[in-house]
Amino acid sequence: MKNGEVVKLTDVHKTYRTGDVEVQAVRGVSLEIQRGEFVALMGASGSGKSTLMNILGCLDRPTSGRYLLDDADVSALDRDRLADIRNHKLGFVFQSFNLLPRTSARENVELPLLYGTHRLTHAQLREKADAVLASVGLAGREDHHPSQLSGGQQQRVAIARALVNDPEVVLADEPTGNLDSRTSVEIMGIFQQLNERGITIIMVTHEQDIAAYARRNVVMRDGLILNDFNVTRRLDAATELAKIAPIDSQVQV
Amino acid sequence: MRIGSTLNIALRALRRNKMRSVLTALGIIIGVAAVIAMVGIGNGAKAQVEAQIASLGQNVILIFSGSTTSSGIRTGWGGAGTLKIEDAEAIRREVPGVVAVSEEVVSTTQVAAGNQNWFTRIYGESADYLDIRQWALADGAPFTAQDVRSANKVCVIGRTTSSQIYGNDDPVGQIIRIKNVPFTITGILTPKGLSTQGVDQDDIVIMPYTSAMKRVVGGTTLRNINVQIGDGRQIAAAQQQIISLLRQRHNIRPGRDDDFTVRNQQEIADAATATTAVMTVLLGSIAGVSLVVGGIGIMNIMLVSVTERTREIGTRIAVGAHGSDILMQFLIEAVTLSSVGGVIGIIFGIGASKILSSYAHWPTLISLSSIIVAFMFSAAVGIFFGFYPARKAAALDPIEALRYE
Repeated sequence: MKNGEVVKLTDVHKTYRTGDVEVQAVRGVSLEIQRGEFVALMGASGSGKSTLMNILGCLDRPTSGRYLLDDADVSALDRDRLADIRNHKLGFVFQSFNLLPRTSARENVELPLLYGTHRLTHAQLREKADAVLASVGLAGREDHHPSQLSGGQQQRVAIARALVNDPEVVLADEPTGNLDSRTSVEIMGIFQQLNERGITIIMVTHEQDIAAYARRNVVMRDGLILNDFNVTRRLDAATELAKIAPIDSQVQV
Repeated sequence: MRIGSTLNIALRALRRNKMRSVLTALGIIIGVAAVIAMVGIGNGAKAQVEAQIASLGQNVILIFSGSTTSSGIRTGWGGAGTLKIEDAEAIRREVPGVVAVSEEVVSTTQVAAGNQNWFTRIYGESADYLDIRQWALADGAPFTAQDVRSANKVCVIGRTTSSQIYGNDDPVGQIIRIKNVPFTITGILTPKGLSTQGVDQDDIVIMPYTSAMKRVVGGTTLRNINVQIGDGRQIAAAQQQIISLLRQRHNIRPGRDDDFTVRNQQEIADAATATTAVMTVLLGSIAGVSLVVGGIGIMNIMLVSVTERTREIGTRIAVGAHGSDILMQFLIEAVTLSSVGGVIGIIFGIGASKILSSYAHWPTLISLSSIIVAFMFSAAVGIFFGFYPARKAAALDPIEALRYE
């Protein structure tokens, strides 16, 4: 495992121009994230956290400033090079899962592999997808379609899809936004496990208690970083689940 | 490098929307089937016309009595009785290259045998007629030159006339009454089917022209003379000689119109095939319109599909799809729909032509080239009408596409 910074933003600006109006969504952000970190990016809507996330996710380019991802400057790459970076180095988890409908969990997980540079046989695709699905606790559900899975399970499929290409960074955009509190904790549990295995996670959330599962919180306001601190009283998903479990059993009684 | 997996992706996407895929392809299926069937009918008609023209005989010159433009009065072919038996004999005698001549008179009348009767066409001909027309007998023997000279009461009959009068019985050797004159049937002709004008050529009685003129038709003039030339290259020369011979015999002064009309088989063939060629083009282009409509259907569905799958496209781009991958995916989807539709349409088109030829008795001819052209065209329709939606999909902004509701 390599050490050091996986993400290094230097004075990143992003300005949108709609007609005559200029919107400065990000106004000079410098941020370093080390390998193996679990960062929660927080802020109210309009704070610029989503714009920053899009830049971090190589879906958007900064208007000015530098972005080093895995020691390579990606601030000025073209669309196709950015697509390759996303495919090789990044994994995405979205608020609304963004699974392909009427498509099995396995085929959903195979998706990034289809756009990769490695040509894999049908059997190799299947083997890889099934292994990752098993690692997020979905062994036996490979052939289920999204409509046959619960929200939590769908998000696990999405996490498996994010992991299938062994990314440097997993980017999660409000991953618990569409989930109930118990399932949210389960998903945080998966993130914490992945993080224990050394995977870098950057998660956008506006929920304080979800951010508490991360190691580090970065709070934005008005396109700038307002606050950047390590979480002192970090929540452990396993412990929290154990707390919820007795309540559930009481309800069952 | 990615074509394999893009193909895989496109086929998966089509499988996910089976019903829609089938309905979209249906437009192309109908279009291609229509083109195949229509062109098949057109080509079939053309082939039939060509066969019928050929069945007039090889290297045949037809001389009709009367002119199509006679001093401004258009009498039509065979309209005025200007051709005489002696004219035919003169042609036989004086025009080089002539191998056979048949004097022809035509009438329609009631024929009867036993308690059956039938209204049919009576052709009076020379003994060479069946050779000129390459018309074989199915059974029996033709009438002879001797029969012609003696104006014997003999005839050969067509299959239709035979079945109307005698049913399934063998007519050869039977007596048939034509205008109450008993004729002996010496032979039955092989079926020739419909003529270019849609006339049943088998509804016929052929007898020596002498007998016909004497006992059935009456009169002393011929409707036309059929002349066969031995060598096809001599047709033009023979035609000129026939014209000058007849002008001389009919005392037509220079500058005056002919009182007869000469046509050779090639001219008749050209006119007839030109008509059917026009028909083929017309039918084909009408069917082609439906193929274009099918293509627009593909574009329509692909556009809807791109809008509906905006989030899917965003997700694909997010996980690393290039614009070209998305473009290829949608293009392949469109081309797959159109070419699979094309193949099914070809099968349906062939089926439709077979049904038409067996039930409606329309001759159809499906050529390999029309199948290949139809397939290529349907694939091209897919590319043409799939390109715009595919480009639209490829140009989507992933950030907006991911959020699209």
